[in-house]
Amino acid sequence: MITVRNVSHRYDKQVVLNEVGLTLPVGELTSIVGANGAGKSTLLSVVSRLIKPESGTVFIDDLDVQTAGDDAISRRLAVLRQDNRISARLTVVDLVRFGRFPYSKGRLTPEDHRLVDEALDYLDLQPFRDRFLDQLSGGQRQRAYIAMILAQDTDYILLDEPLNNLDMKHSSSMMTLLRRAADELGKTIVLVLHDINFASCYSDHIVAMRDGEVIVQGTPTQIMRRDVLREVFDMDIHVQDLNGVRLGIFWTTGAPVGPGPLAAEAGDTTRDEDGARRVAEPASITIR
Amino acid sequence: MTTLQSLRERASARGQSATRPAHTSAEEARRRRRITVTLGILAVLCLAGIIAYLTYDVRGSWDYAMDLRGRQVGSLVVVGAAVGASSLVFQTIAGSRILTPSVMGFDALYLLVQTIVVFFFGGTAFMMMGVGERFLLNTVVLTVFGLLLFRWLFGRNSRNLLVLVLVGIVIGSLFGSLTSLASRVLSPDDFLTLQDVMFASFNTVDGALLWVAAAVCAVGVVALVPLLRYLDVVDLGHDNAVALGAPYHRVVTLTLAVVTVLVAVSTALVGPMLFLGLIVANLARQIIPTHRHTELVLGSMLVGVLCTVGGQFVVGHLMDNGTTLSVVVNLVGGIYFILLLMRTVKL
Repeated sequence: MITVRNVSHRYDKQVVLNEVGLTLPVGELTSIVGANGAGKSTLLSVVSRLIKPESGTVFIDDLDVQTAGDDAISRRLAVLRQDNRISARLTVVDLVRFGRFPYSKGRLTPEDHRLVDEALDYLDLQPFRDRFLDQLSGGQRQRAYIAMILAQDTDYILLDEPLNNLDMKHSSSMMTLLRRAADELGKTIVLVLHDINFASCYSDHIVAMRDGEVIVQGTPTQIMRRDVLREVFDMDIHVQDLNGVRLGIFWTTGAPVGPGPLAAEAGDTTRDEDGARRVAEPASITIR
Repeated sequence: MTTLQSLRERASARGQSATRPAHTSAEEARRRRRITVTLGILAVLCLAGIIAYLTYDVRGSWDYAMDLRGRQVGSLVVVGAAVGASSLVFQTIAGSRILTPSVMGFDALYLLVQTIVVFFFGGTAFMMMGVGERFLLNTVVLTVFGLLLFRWLFGRNSRNLLVLVLVGIVIGSLFGSLTSLASRVLSPDDFLTLQDVMFASFNTVDGALLWVAAAVCAVGVVALVPLLRYLDVVDLGHDNAVALGAPYHRVVTLTLAVVTVLVAVSTALVGPMLFLGLIVANLARQIIPTHRHTELVLGSMLVGVLCTVGGQFVVGHLMDNGTTLSVVVNLVGGIYFILLLMRTVKL
């Protein structure tokens, strides 16, 4: 269990975390959502002791992250920040081996190598193991980082915007993978996410932050409501139930678009960006 | 013929299976072998360079030549190795490939110290001090100020690369202006004395001093050895290093201390070589494509020795001292620095 007690932090005079208290359950996938500057990333950094807060404490199970020591924490909690620009010449397998550093300090045992191979297998990275990181696509590189995190073999995994720079396909397969890691490997996973619909579809628990405070938390069903989302994002978001999954229609404020479901398919009229009406093409489109 | 063939087959079979642990792919084993070979070639080249430097075109007394050239080549090796090792690990802890101690204002600091000493004590006192005392003074002052300077630079919250480069340039030109201000009010005699120490010189290095410098540098390099595998992790950046349980601040502080001593000793020994570290460290990273600092630091030291010994061989022996090594290094390194900056900023 992750326990956050009265954590406050400021950058210069700007308060980014204001007396945050929070407990996160074990074995679940938790998403932290909120607008830019709400304090999500800072909270994640404080929990993973990348930042020492001005006041307050964070416990991972029975360990105080600030005093427990490097080895103890890094064997229990793994964290990945967004935008990792590493200038070292690293291959995929080199990077994943760093995941074993908390245990072997760079001198890998056969057991370490086995876990590295397992992590590579889990993320289908074996074909790329000897590629240098700068020869990979964004999605492959992100997977390599996740493999390093898995090789670290910790109960807790914290990821700051893991979908950053990923396209739709890679985003959804990344979320599926994290869901699998929570279900199959029993990991406790905490994510900072920008897309509320990914949070809604894949999380057990959603924590919503605003202005440095946790203003509401609960299951996706409890959070994905028009009135709650308005409080969190200061935005009027229509929420649609799609076979039990709640989706927020945030691309257009207030209401879903158009006269009805898939109007264009019926050969109906729609509006162009400039507002001119035009008759939609018939439904069949040839895809090469 | 048959024996040769079977030998070859056996050798290649060994290369593919027996020497390779199960968890390393053939590709990775091949890469590591190539790095080892590269390091070997560098070492051989260094040795060849040293022997060539010592024995090229010796006229007159062999003993005299060996004594003089031995001291010269000794100081070249010490400086090359110290600059190579320190610049490479400095790049790692600075998290940037274009920052070296010199670029961050260390050489300007050296010049300022010399000028201040001449300014306050006069040129005669400066020369009277004796090489040993002057070396000691320089080393101590440079180490203390260097630690303060780097501590301040690394303690800042903002680690923006361009800001750091800018700070280095500002510090460099501040020290430079102070130096030129002080040198303007010097008497012509004192100024001549000062000019003498303003450029790196390998021609007249005191023998005893060389041994002291070599010993201090050796201790410095040995002190780096236990830090090397932590530097591998520190190279991933602060957040990743802390997340992986590396004692980030302790590693950075200890490394910084070693770097400062290495740079202070080599600068106090021969004088400033502004862009040498930049060329050497980046060249080493280019020809040794790995993240392991054991190999990188060794490679950088060898490249450093090759650059100083080879460069001085060309300048001193082939060009008959038509110019000095530091001028050549600054010219080549300056162009290289601009290219690196342009490539980085283009992003």
